[in-house]
Parts: sequence; C-alpha cells; structure tokens
Amino acid sequence: MAREKVTTLYLGPQHPGITGNMMVRLKVKGDTIVGARTEVGYLHRGFEKLQERRNWLQAFTILCRFCVPEPDPVEEAYALAVELLEGREVPERAKYIRVLVLEMARIASYLLWYGGQSGSAGLYTMGQWSVGDRNYILDLFEDLTGGRVYHMFIWPGGVRRDLPKGFKDKAMKVMDYLEKRLDDYDTLLFENSIFQKRAKGVGIIDKNKAIEWGVVGPPLRGCGIKSDIRIDDPYEIYGELYEKGVFEVHPYEGGDVWARALVRRFEIRQSIKIIRYVLDNIPSGDFYNKIPNPHKWTLPKGDAYSRVEATRGEIGFFVASDGSNKPRRTHMRGAAYVHAITLLENILIGENVADVSFIMNSLGTCPPEIER
Amino acid sequence: MSFFNLRGTLKPLTSLKQFAKKPHTIEFPLEVPETSPRYRGLHYNNLDYCIGCGNCSTICQNAAIDMVPVEGIEPKKGDSGLRPRIDNGRCCWCALCVEVCPTGSLSLTKDYIFVSEDPDEFLWTPGVDNPDGINLISFTSSPETSLNEYQRVPMRELDGSERVKSFAEVVLGYNEDEARKEAQRCISCGLCTEACPDHMHIPEYINAIAQGNDEDAIRIIYDNNPLPEMCGKVCTRRCEEVCAIAKRGEPVAIRWLKRYATERAINADMIKEIVNPEILPPNGYKVGIVGAGPSGLTAGYYLALRGFDVTIYEAHDKPGGMTMYGIPKYRLPLESLMKQVDYMKKVGVKFHFNTKVGKDISFEEIYEKFDAVFVGVGFGKPWTLGIEGEDLEGSSQAVYFLERINSGEIINVGYKVVVIGGGNVAIDAARVSRRLGAEVVMLYRRRVEDMPADWEEIEGAEAEGVEIIPQAIPIKIHGENGKVKAVEYLKAEMVPDPKGGRPRPQPIEGSNTIIECSSVFAAIGQQGDYSFIDESKFKDAIKIERGRFIVNEIQQTTLEKVFAGGDAVNRTADAISAIADGYRAVRGIEKFLMGKGK
Repeated sequence: MAREKVTTLYLGPQHPGITGNMMVRLKVKGDTIVGARTEVGYLHRGFEKLQERRNWLQAFTILCRFCVPEPDPVEEAYALAVELLEGREVPERAKYIRVLVLEMARIASYLLWYGGQSGSAGLYTMGQWSVGDRNYILDLFEDLTGGRVYHMFIWPGGVRRDLPKGFKDKAMKVMDYLEKRLDDYDTLLFENSIFQKRAKGVGIIDKNKAIEWGVVGPPLRGCGIKSDIRIDDPYEIYGELYEKGVFEVHPYEGGDVWARALVRRFEIRQSIKIIRYVLDNIPSGDFYNKIPNPHKWTLPKGDAYSRVEATRGEIGFFVASDGSNKPRRTHMRGAAYVHAITLLENILIGENVADVSFIMNSLGTCPPEIER
Repeated sequence: MSFFNLRGTLKPLTSLKQFAKKPHTIEFPLEVPETSPRYRGLHYNNLDYCIGCGNCSTICQNAAIDMVPVEGIEPKKGDSGLRPRIDNGRCCWCALCVEVCPTGSLSLTKDYIFVSEDPDEFLWTPGVDNPDGINLISFTSSPETSLNEYQRVPMRELDGSERVKSFAEVVLGYNEDEARKEAQRCISCGLCTEACPDHMHIPEYINAIAQGNDEDAIRIIYDNNPLPEMCGKVCTRRCEEVCAIAKRGEPVAIRWLKRYATERAINADMIKEIVNPEILPPNGYKVGIVGAGPSGLTAGYYLALRGFDVTIYEAHDKPGGMTMYGIPKYRLPLESLMKQVDYMKKVGVKFHFNTKVGKDISFEEIYEKFDAVFVGVGFGKPWTLGIEGEDLEGSSQAVYFLERINSGEIINVGYKVVVIGGGNVAIDAARVSRRLGAEVVMLYRRRVEDMPADWEEIEGAEAEGVEIIPQAIPIKIHGENGKVKAVEYLKAEMVPDPKGGRPRPQPIEGSNTIIECSSVFAAIGQQGDYSFIDESKFKDAIKIERGRFIVNEIQQTTLEKVFAGGDAVNRTADAISAIADGYRAVRGIEKFLMGKGK
C-alpha cells in the first residue's frame, strides 16, 4: 500500500449533515479519521447574558431559541428553576398539560431525528415520511399554543392557555395514526439491511467511560445504562406515571449508533402511551398560578437548579437572583455540548469520513444549544 | 451477520404500497390550510379600546414596539394619544404584549404572510395599517389569562354597624403585605400622573412601595405634595379614574397606597428625618399667605424650602381650612393633619391663627408688609336653598354643622335628619348624623349615578344605613313652634338636556311627599367670601368673575403682587387641585420676585 498522507478536512460550518452551524476539523488518512476537533462560534447569540437584561418573564421568551427542534424542555427547566426559587405552586392540571407538551415535543424531535439519521445514511424516503408526519404534531401544537415551532407555552406558574375544545379527540387520532406509521418506519428503516450495516458497530461509546465523559440521555441508555431524569429525579407527574407503569425506560446494550436508534424507536412509543394517559386522566382545575405584574415580579435572593430530560439528554437550568425583577445570572447545561464536542472528538477516531454526519445525528447534536 | 441479508433487502420494498395511498398534501390545487383559532400571527389593535398606556412596548423583549402618535387620535385624560407601532422584523410573536394589555385591545391575528423588499414597510401600526384585522383576530387575552391583576386588594374597614357608634376612622389602611401586593398591580403607564391636578409622581412612588422602599416613596411623594397623608385619606383621586387597569377591572388603589406610605412616618420629626429636605438660605423676600387651607399650606411649605420668609394668616384656630373643618374625623383624624402642619413649622413656616384678614388685620396691611401675597381663602360660604322654612330652628347649612362638630361641639340632631344635596359635603353630613344616633334620609334631585360624591363614600353611607332618595326636589320645610317638623319635596323625572348636557330633573306636579324629621341640613354647594378684598382699596384692581379670581398660568391675579389658588380659583373644588395651585404659585412667586431682583 502506498504511503498515505494525513490531510485536514473541514466539515462545516455550512453542511447539511452538521444539523446547524458548527465545524468539525478532521485529520484523515485516506478516509479514516485520525483526529477530530470541533469548532464552534458561528451561532453564539449570548442568550444567557440577554436574559440578565430582561425581567423574569421576558427572559422566558428567549428560551425556545436554545434548541429549535425541541424548545419545550428548556422552557420547562427554566420554569421549574424559577418556581423552585420562588416556592410557587403549580396547579395539578398545569402539570398534566406540561407533560403533554413535553411528550409531544419529544415525539416531534424524534421524528425529526428519524429524518436526520436516515438522511445522513442516504435513505431519504424515511425523512420525508417522518418530517411529514411531524407536521401533525405541529398542528396539535398550533391548536394548543398558537405557535408551530416556537411555542413559548410553559412559563413559571403553569402554562399559558388551557386545552382548546376538541383537542383530546384530535390528539388521540394523531396518536393512533402515528402508532401505525411507526410500524411502517420499522419496515423502511430498522429492518433495512443498509441501515443495519451502517449503524451496527459504528460510533461506539465505551460503557466504562460514558459516565466519566458526562454522556446523558439516549446515548447513555444506548450504552446499557438505565438513566432518565424522568425517573431518577422525577418532575411534574413523571414519578407517578412511572410507578403506575404508564411508561418504561429501557436501555440497550452496544453503545453504537444502532443501540441509540433502538432507544429512540422504543421511547417514541412510550411517549404516545404517556400522551394517551394524560389526555384520559387530566384533572380539571386551574392551569395557571398567576404571577404578579411581570414588571414588578421579584424573586427572592438565592439560586436554584433544575433538570429535565430532553431527547438529547439531561438539560439543567441554573438561575440566580439578587432579589430584583431580573435574573442575576442564568445558565443552561445542555447535553449537546458534551455529546457534540468532547464525546464526538473522542469517538470519531478510527471511524470513516462518511459516518461523521451519521454519528453526529445519533448523538442528537444541536449547535444552537451548544452555544446559546 | 452475513453480507447479503435477503429479508433486510426486500422488506423496505414493501413500502412501495404507499404509492396506492392518498397523499397527505397535493401541490395542485393549492390548499391553504386554516390556521388554528389560537394562532399567533400579525398584530391587530382595536384603536377605540387602546388607551396608549405603552405596557406592550415595555414588555416587548425585542424592543419591537414603539408608541407613536396616530392621526385622528388626540391625547386626552386617560389616553396618551399614542398607539403601538410594531416592527414585524423584530417581533418574535411571543404575544407577551397581548398578555399584558390592560384593555384587551391588542391581539394577534390569523394573518401571517407579509412580503416586502422595503424594511420600512415592516413597521406597522396595528389597527391603522391593517383595519381588516378585526375579522381575523385569533390570539387574545381575557381578564383570566391576562398577566394584569384586575382585582384590588380589599381594604379593611370597620363594619357598618360598628362605625355609627363612634367617630373612629372607618378605613383601617393597608398593612405591609397588602400594600406591596397592591403596589405590584401598577403597570407604571403614567396616565395617572397626567390626570392628577398636581401631577404627582405616582408610578415612581408606587414602584418604591412595591420594592419595599417606603422611605423612598415618602420622599418622592413630598416632592410636590406637602399634605400627602390628607390626600391619602380623602383625595378625590382623579388618578384612579384613568387607571389603565380600571378598563377591565378595579383601578390600582393609588390613594390607599399613598396613605400607607405616609403613615409609615408617625410624627413630624420622623417626616423631617425621612424627607430631609434641602432648605435654601434665606433670600430676603417675605411672602404673606391668606388662609391655611391646602393651597396656602402648599405654597407656604415650598416657599419656605426655597428660602422665603413665609407667614400664614388663618381665621380659625387650627390649620387645614375645609380639610380641617369640613371633613369629618372618621375620614381624616386630627392627628393626620396636625402631623403635617407641625412638619411645616419645622421647616420654618410661621402661622398666625385666629387672625381673620379684613377684621383682625387689613388686607392693605398684608399687601404692604410682604413682597408677595398668596390668597387661598377657599369657599366657606354655603349657597342657601331659597325655600320656605329654611331659617327654622333645626335647619342649618351642612358646612356649618360639620364645622361645629369638628370643633368638638355636641349637637342634638333629634330623631331624624334630612340632608339635601348629593356631594361629598352632603354625604359627610349624613354619615355624621348617623353617628349622632339619628335616622338619615338624603334628598338628591338627580339619579344616584349622577351624584358628584365619591362612589366609595356613597357605598359607605349606604352601609351605615343612610337612605338615599334620588330625583327629589325639596320645596318647603314645615315647622312647628319655630322648629323643623317635616320636609316637603316633589318627585322629579329626568329629561334630556336640550343643550346636550347631563339629563335634568323635571318636577312632577302633584307628587308632593312629606318626610317628618327633626333636622334639615342643606349641602348644595359653597361660594367664596371675598369681603376683605371688597372692603380694601384693591377692590377694582383684583378681578373676580363668577365668584372666582382671574389668574394667569402662574396663579397671578390681575394685581401683580397677589397670587391666588384653591377653590377660590378653580372649579374642581377639591384639595388636590388646591395643592396643585399652591405648587404652581410657588414657581410663580419665585419667578415674579427672583426675576425682578432686589
């Protein structure tokens, strides 16, 4: 074999496989990766700093931009942190609506992942199906929140609006439809030998190092470790739902792209179960524990940290108050930072250049969340 | 796994069956889907309901909303005349502006497509630029979902049956938690500042109270009102009439909040310590003030702070004017007023009580002695009813009755009192009579909703058992042995005013009704007593028209050295207007004297 030279390959910042604006600088020998460095800085909007100049309520409208495909968990994390700091109670009905919104967001996000994961493997039909079906979820969001992508719906104290008339029927129909479609997805994607060959044994995360690296969410469950904030540190009504057996959390062994795909395939069905349960069992009552006039709404001095489970993994939100009507400091801990920077740089070594996008998609890379 | 997987190769092909299914979307004919009933699209503003408070502009975290003047909408009381203009290029459709709109005029529509090459075209004044948006309204806020708090923190009061037993203060005042909570309702739009005759810094002091800085609030309040505790208890609160929150709920309790703040300073020393005003060194000018009513006291206080040598002449033995003698003690206790006057003495205002100008000292003497004179004599002389039997024993003017009561006299009003009139003085006389143990009937010639008295006062009177007979015109007071025995009145019907004013009462012939009673109090208005000027050599120099002094914008009368204010000048006849006059006169006198140079 002729002597191969190590060359540098720049992937991104504008590249369909990158799922946003970031760059991976690859050192390749032939088409094998021998080194990888991520370069971010194309999307920094300074949201955390911007929040410091806005009052506690205004700050909430920025949150959805932290992660475009799945904005609701960030809103939830912020709301939880603020409620924790203030000691504000949330009505039971609001908790159910929040879980409904979060699970709908989870489905929408996983459907988008179907598109990205298969698209980066060259299976474009799958993406057209799943993104088309995601539209039905967006329709539900439009009915419920008034917005399709940026919902700005979960705010401190509860949610902004009650369920509209006829929402349950419509949502149930969408769930029935989606459940059938998931079987179609299985035939098209999971039973497809091309996908299986691409996914199995690629992008392996070492189970022994996963926790040390700070891996969370589906990638961690794909390493065979049962970890989910919804059951480890339950918020809203998740603890109750898990005890009642409404949903399960199932880890898959392997640590490769295939295992992570199976985790998502399993969880999207769990989300449908949760939504059905919530719609059937939602209690009546208030949906909002009203905050005072937002201009004069002050939070007690101190800080609070909350965490929720998004499709990318654990999201943590830290808020600190100096007793005024604006946050003194906010900080979000997103899973994408760990997955798409430290983890990616490690697991790309030895992989094929063609698999970079494929692996990035399986990790749930979200550049807007990395940079904020 | 073998390299060739037959099942895995063939299985995906089964999805070809999808070709036989109906597609989800089709390109032709193009169907535009209906947006949901809650869709957050472009803005629409109902210009008739909007009051230009600017709360949408304040909450907008993108600074996409500016308040701009709109053709055809003039600023007026309770309306800034401005309307929101949205930069659709900056808007993120969070709809917080809708959630905080106090009137509910702002909403989002189903319309969401707008294309233009010109960035300026993205600046819309909703309602003006998209008048058809009214048919597309989708995202709105109701009082339930709005972020504004429309319910006022209830004021604790003595029970009606409890009140009539004594002259104890009826309103108990907010405690700290209640005041903070109530102050938080304010959206700081400042429409109240415009409506207040004295332009008090209302949003600023409410903000200070909301933040727990009561002392700051006191300092802000004393900036242009030296009698805030009196105002905090009995002000006619024009501010609350225009409160933005009142459009869909109860106005912010501005008066009670002022009362709360000022009551934190429990005596004159404490006021001085908190306010800690800067007193300028004496400038050598002397100002004389006739009358220690609200306008005179205000002028005196601020002139003293500015280094003038101020002397106030008052006919009665206590300061306050009508607020001292006309307002019953269950509304304004003596200590409240005296505390503020004591504070004024501490900053150097000199008082001469029991000194009636025109009798104990001539107006000429005052005129000669001082560099400028402020006249704030008020309306102390009541109008008479002009009906038969008015001079019978037991028939009196409500103002005199209140004055005697407030001076500590004990008056026997008998078993039943008839009060004639519908203003605050009439209500005061009625409620005082209830406290003296009499049954009380009020006769008012118009409807209850036309009564000029404060609605809270009317409710208070009713709660204490005062009977109000509207549309009743008294025609005669019957007597027996020189004493009042009964009042005869005619029922009236309301007829529209041909000049377009409020409906007028028209007596119904033959509807005569007689109420037996032991006392009658008339309260149909007062007028000024300017005999001290009429008897002086300035009779012609100072112009008085329709019972009021003619003054310019700095409260200067037609006689250069003489300034005037209060009821003797303005028609609103309330304490806060008098304070405003006094405050204006301070600037007028300063300009007049300092501008002239000595």
